[in-house]
Amino acid sequence: MAKTFEENLARLEEIVAALEKGDAKLAESLKLFEEGTKLVNDCGAMLDKAEQRVVKLSKGADGAPVESAFVSEE
Amino acid sequence: MVFSVSEANNFIKALLDGVPQLQTIFVRGEISNYKCYPSGHHYFTLKDEGSALRCVMFRGMAARLRFRPENGMKVVAFGRIGVFPRDGAYQLYCSELSAQGAGDLHVAFEQLKAKLEKEGLFDPAHKKPLPRYPKRIAVITSSAGAAVHDMLRILNARWPMSEVVLLPVRVQGTEAPGEIAGALRYANKWQVADLIITGRGGGSIEDLWAFNDERVARAIYLSDIPVISAVGHEPDVTIADYVADVRAATPSNAAELAVPDRQELARRLKMLQTRMVRSEQKRVRALSERYEKLARSRVLRDPMAFIDDKRLLLDYTQKNLASLAQNQMAQREQRYAALAAKLDALSPLKVLGRGYAVAKSADGTILRAAEDAAVGETIEVLLGRGSLACTVNEKREE
Repeated sequence: MAKTFEENLARLEEIVAALEKGDAKLAESLKLFEEGTKLVNDCGAMLDKAEQRVVKLSKGADGAPVESAFVSEE
Repeated sequence: MVFSVSEANNFIKALLDGVPQLQTIFVRGEISNYKCYPSGHHYFTLKDEGSALRCVMFRGMAARLRFRPENGMKVVAFGRIGVFPRDGAYQLYCSELSAQGAGDLHVAFEQLKAKLEKEGLFDPAHKKPLPRYPKRIAVITSSAGAAVHDMLRILNARWPMSEVVLLPVRVQGTEAPGEIAGALRYANKWQVADLIITGRGGGSIEDLWAFNDERVARAIYLSDIPVISAVGHEPDVTIADYVADVRAATPSNAAELAVPDRQELARRLKMLQTRMVRSEQKRVRALSERYEKLARSRVLRDPMAFIDDKRLLLDYTQKNLASLAQNQMAQREQRYAALAAKLDALSPLKVLGRGYAVAKSADGTILRAAEDAAVGETIEVLLGRGSLACTVNEKREE
């Protein structure tokens, strides 16, 4: 399952902190950089692509919630 | 009969004190000229369209008021009417004051607020933190009206990743509190969201009243899902606002508090990316500086040139060596020739060639004086070419 935006952002912050500290070996830091770049892209895509979903909830016959499209009554 | 002023006033006072209806009286009117003195006594005037009645409420009674009386407020005052002899005026000595209409609501509000506060429903320790990135937001409000649209619009602009689940309820009228409280319980029972916003747009105090209902307050308190209240405009504060985990000033404000702003997060993301790239650039720059320093050394910059140099040096040395050897050889040859010439000059054969002869005795001894030979002895005379065997005839000594 894809990681949530929150988890991705937290990992990215970790990576940036590690890179800024600068004590990782070159190969390791390149790996971190690569991972960080991927996270930036993933998070950016999450921010760009999202489309709001709105549903109306009503009580079904058995009491369980039933979702239906929300149509503006305005 | 002449009365003094005091006597007149005291007479009237006694007269009024003797009327039982004036000792326990309810008077309905509108408050005006309300003043609260530092002494703690409250003074005001009750009036209607055609008349006014001066009133006083002493400190002890005023302290028991459940609301703050304000000018224009319609009230029912209870007390007794008596004369204040100093001013020669009668007034209502008010012991209780209750509001009418909106005033009643105020009283009810204050009463419920005090009760719930005492029970701990407003306790900050009970308040739950909101999820930073809610996955599903339950909106409990009217499906008609501006409030729901404002919220949906702002939620969409800021954080469209959060799904919105609308639980439509009536937000005013006698059915409203039951429906709102029911929706809160329902949302919890079926765990339909990880955040709830409940509220409505602005209106009169009567319009907002459902959110001052005890059932709504208790349902909010019992919700395991964090609740943001969003009732009316900024100055309106309802009981729901006190109980909710977070109070928003308006429905739009609730949407802002509920979710992060993606534009802001995009900026943060950009900043993180910049920091990451910058720190890598710094590292690469440091490494390349080290590399440059090494590369500047000639050996690495142009290894072939270095080898060529060495080759040239080698050639040069070789050439030197060859000519040195040649010189030495020539010198030796010259010396040899000189020696050979000298040797030649010294050779006895050369002397003999010039006509000299060498005489040797029979035993080979070279004869250097006449006395070295004996008469009659055969001696050998070496000539330039060949030799002679001669017999000594005579010795001529010097």
